[in-house]
Amino acid sequence: MSVRVGEAARAPSFQKAAHTLLKDDQLRNNVRHATDVITHKRAGVVAEQHDWQQMRTTASAIKAHTLRYLDEYLAQFEATCTAAGGHVHWAADADEANRIIVELIQKHGGREVIKVKTMTSDEIGLNSVLEASGIHPHETDLADMIIQLGHDHPSHIVVPALHKNRRQVREIFMRAMGLKELGDKPEDLTEAARRYLREKFLKVKIGFSGANYLIAETGGVCVVESEGNARMCLTLPDVLITLAGIEKVIPTFGDLEVFLQLLPRSATGERMNPYNSLWTGVHTDEGPKEFHVVLLDNGRTRILADRESRETLHCIRCGACLNTCPVYRQTGGHAYGSIYAGPIGAILTPQLFDMEHSQSLPYASSLCGACYEVCPVKINIPEVLIHLRGRVVREQQSGASLEAIGMKAMARVFTSRRRFEAAQRLGRIGQWPFVSDGWIRHLPGMLGNWTAVRDLQPMPSQTFRNWWREREKENHDA
Amino acid sequence: MPDGSSDARSTILDRVRKANASVSGDHRAADYDAIPREYQRVASADRAEILKMFAERLREYDARVREAASLTAIPDEIRAALAEYGQRSALVADGFPREWLPDGLSWGAEADADIAAMDRAEGTIVACEVAIAHTGTIVLRDARRLTLLPDRLLCVVRKEQVVETVPEAFARLQAFAADALTFVSGPSATADIEMTRIRGVHGPRFLDVVLV
Repeated sequence: MSVRVGEAARAPSFQKAAHTLLKDDQLRNNVRHATDVITHKRAGVVAEQHDWQQMRTTASAIKAHTLRYLDEYLAQFEATCTAAGGHVHWAADADEANRIIVELIQKHGGREVIKVKTMTSDEIGLNSVLEASGIHPHETDLADMIIQLGHDHPSHIVVPALHKNRRQVREIFMRAMGLKELGDKPEDLTEAARRYLREKFLKVKIGFSGANYLIAETGGVCVVESEGNARMCLTLPDVLITLAGIEKVIPTFGDLEVFLQLLPRSATGERMNPYNSLWTGVHTDEGPKEFHVVLLDNGRTRILADRESRETLHCIRCGACLNTCPVYRQTGGHAYGSIYAGPIGAILTPQLFDMEHSQSLPYASSLCGACYEVCPVKINIPEVLIHLRGRVVREQQSGASLEAIGMKAMARVFTSRRRFEAAQRLGRIGQWPFVSDGWIRHLPGMLGNWTAVRDLQPMPSQTFRNWWREREKENHDA
Repeated sequence: MPDGSSDARSTILDRVRKANASVSGDHRAADYDAIPREYQRVASADRAEILKMFAERLREYDARVREAASLTAIPDEIRAALAEYGQRSALVADGFPREWLPDGLSWGAEADADIAAMDRAEGTIVACEVAIAHTGTIVLRDARRLTLLPDRLLCVVRKEQVVETVPEAFARLQAFAADALTFVSGPSATADIEMTRIRGVHGPRFLDVVLV
């Protein structure tokens, strides 16, 4: 099985990437502004909802219940969706999903696809696979289009291009759309996108989307959006292909009454986002004549098997944890080296990846707990982070690393007063070459990992124990 | 079904069952019924407050709201709404009562319009299935393309269709759960560029509601 999460395998560690990105003032300004705006709006619409906590409790319980009976709900969705005229496909990993999607498009002779914003397609790296197969995907969400036309990577789950400002967007559009003139007001840029995409919407015969919810009871699918681009892709093409993680299934149509209240308030700070589309299989009067759903595992069942972190699969991709996270607000999304950034990315990416490539991510947090407080489905992200840190340490300990040996030696020193005091004496003597202006800024060897991101105060010339002994002696002498 | 998909099906379902193997008991229906639902599921405000809230929240989304005193006043309100845009014609959703349309303007039928005609149309007139005061939402059944392609959408909402909360709307919609439903809350919008809210991206830029 080859689980893939975008290009995360090639990404540098979080700490390394963050170091570079923190120097980008433009990026930090944009991220700060965007997260401030959404956080403020969210706080307003959550405060007016007097039953917010009760809804969180229900949503969390629905998700836990669905995961407990996930096999049954998936089979039920397959049956109801098929009965309504849809086709259901199963993909164990990214490669399998990509192959199914490419084959479906090729079967219809498609050279172009209009795409609705979907994180899951970024997760499996669909666009590059499509391009390699001679199929051009048109991203139709405004932000995704900015990312695609600018050959960039998304930096936020809900507003992927928040790191670009209007002048940067204007340049990208002028180049990609071949425009000689274009204003830089958001209105001008939006109008340009409307004109550019309207022609594609009316022409391209294959649509592609993700799903916010799959409804087991009815076989229906729900997609939540703001711009109307999703409605275009979901209703105008002849063929529609929807890719969804297996955790996106919910038991009943009525369960939407909770999620459709929690998601918009958490994601964009709106009481309701402009459009929610619900459809069930193939409708005879209008919409696609052929409908396919691809159900994707790609590491999700592995998360499901870990009882301490399976709640990661509750996530409804609202992005509230990113906006509130003091670490994300400083670094932006790119530092996480994954399409899933911020606190949820810090727990999701390493688990999808089995820790191999993203061991640094569970440490990209101060464990302040703000993410847990805002999470509409009550994922206890700090607790999962600690659990994953434990796994990183255990995996590292299994090898006889220098750090593991050092930690064992440290344990011996800390359990004996004699050894501890001897170590303190040694430290005071040993530290002097590294102290300048009263601070230690660089330590040698492995200890350098500590000073790479923080300055250290030198050990004082007198320890508390020494001072206490002296004092006793003085009292005695007096 | 493409090759491999049925294998993947059993692989995935096996993995799920294995992951859940340590949980004892299979009481799916009872467990589902035991999910706590202590959030608001019925109306708490009186009718006048609910209708006021609905109109206010629509206006907050930049929708225009007009009130018609009775069913017979609908044509005049539609005429007045279109006049503000200088609009002379519209496509009308299948099933929309003809007697609600004012005379002297040009009406096209949804059934006769292809995509190109919808793309050219000045606007659309529809009725809704249910409306939600709490979120300023109208819920439409079918007419998915018709309410998307033209730049102006006018929707007639009867007061008895307006509920206070989202759960009440879902209770009413349960009978149409397998139909194509569209929840509309204000005109199409984006805040993707510098978090500035722009009205109208790909869907209608103008939303008018006639509340009867």
